[in-house]
Amino acid sequence: MGEMDTLKKEADGLKTQIEAARKAVNDTTMAAVASGVAAAPRVQLKNRKTLKGHLAKIYGLHWSADNRHMVSASQDGKLLIWDTYTGNKVYAVPLKSSWVMSCSMAPSGNLVASGGLDNMCTIVNIKAASPKTLRELDAHEGYLSHSRFLSDTEILTASGDTTCCLWDLETGKQKVIYKSHVGDCMCLAVSPDQNSFISGACDSSAKLWDVRDGGCKQTFIGHTSDINAIAFFPSGTAVITGSDDCTLKMYDLRADQEVNGYQDAALNAGVTSVSLSSSGRLIFAGYDNFNCNIWDSLKAEKVGVLSGHDNRVSCIGVPDDGLGICTGSWDSFLKIWN
Amino acid sequence: MSNNNASSNLVIAQRVVKQLRLEASVRRIKVSQAAVDLKNFCLQNAHKDPLLMGVPSSDNPFRPPKSCSLF
Repeated sequence: MGEMDTLKKEADGLKTQIEAARKAVNDTTMAAVASGVAAAPRVQLKNRKTLKGHLAKIYGLHWSADNRHMVSASQDGKLLIWDTYTGNKVYAVPLKSSWVMSCSMAPSGNLVASGGLDNMCTIVNIKAASPKTLRELDAHEGYLSHSRFLSDTEILTASGDTTCCLWDLETGKQKVIYKSHVGDCMCLAVSPDQNSFISGACDSSAKLWDVRDGGCKQTFIGHTSDINAIAFFPSGTAVITGSDDCTLKMYDLRADQEVNGYQDAALNAGVTSVSLSSSGRLIFAGYDNFNCNIWDSLKAEKVGVLSGHDNRVSCIGVPDDGLGICTGSWDSFLKIWN
Repeated sequence: MSNNNASSNLVIAQRVVKQLRLEASVRRIKVSQAAVDLKNFCLQNAHKDPLLMGVPSSDNPFRPPKSCSLF
C-alpha cells in the first residue's frame, strides 16, 4: 500500500512538473504570431466528382502515392479501388468481415489493408491476377481502427485494445508493440521522415512514438473526449487532432504543447476526420453533422465549408500532390473537391 | 488473487512513473519560435498549395475537359 501511494505522489509531482515546464516556454500565442499574416482567401471548392458504387456506410479512404488512385472501405463488405480521374472502379476486393473500420494503400500501390471488428488487419495484393489475400495479421485483442503502410514489408496498426503495432509483412508477425495509451487507439499518422508516428485515443491524449524502439516520446493532453482523427502538419513539427469534444487542436512537437485550437460555439458535432492542404495552411475537418469545415490553421478562423453529403463525413484525404480533397460519408458516396 | 492484482497494479504504476520521467525530461523550445516556424512554413509553401491558390481548369485532372469532339 505504501509503495502505491509513493508512486502516485511521484506521478502527480511529475505531471505538475511537466505542466510548469510547458508553461515556462509558453511566451506567446499563435494568434499573436499570425496577426500580421494576411487572411487566407475565402476557400470555395467545388464538387468535381462523386464516386458512386458502395452500398452502405463508407468508413475509410486512402489516396495512392500516385495521386490518382484511391481505396475506400464500406460496411457493404467491399474495398473499392478507384481511378479518381475517370471515376471508374479499377478493383473490387470482397472482405471476409463486412465490419470494416479502416483501409489503407501501400506507397507502391501493390497492397491494400483493411480491418475492423474482426480484430485483424487483412493485407491484399491488388496487382496479382485477381486480388489475393497476402496476410491476415491476427494478434490485436480489440478492433482495428486504423492502419498505415511504411512499405510493402511493414505496416502500422492502431487498435481498440489500446495498443499500436508494427508488423513484418514477410513473416506476418508483430515486430514492435506500442503500449502506453489507456483507452482505445482510434487513429494514427506517420511522420514525413517515417521515423515516428502519432496516435490518438479514447483516453483523450495523442502520443508521439519512435517507430523503431517502440518508446512513447511525448504525450499531448487537452482534449476532453476521444481523439478520432490525427494528421501531421507537412513540416513534420506539429500535429493536428480532431475529437468528439467538437474541437481540433494543433500541438507543436518541439514546444511540447498545444499552440492553437479550432472551435466554434455553434458547432456541437464531433470531429471524425482531418486532413491538411499541402502548405499546411488549410485544415479540412469532417464532422458528425454531415459537413466538412475548412479552417485557417494559423488564424484559427473558419474559411469555408464543403457541404453535399447527406450523412456523417467519416473520412477525408488529400493526395500527396495536394491537387484535391476527397470526402467519404455514411451516405455511401465519395466526393472529390478542388 | 488479490496479491496478483496488487502486484500488477504496482508494475503498471511503476511504468507510468517511468514514462512521466521520460516525458518530463523532453527539451522544449519556446512557443514563439515554434509558432514563427509554422507560420513561415505556411507562407513559404503557399504558392504551391493548389487548394489554397485554386487549380486552373486546364490543369485540373478531376474536371472533365470542356469540349468534347464526337466523330
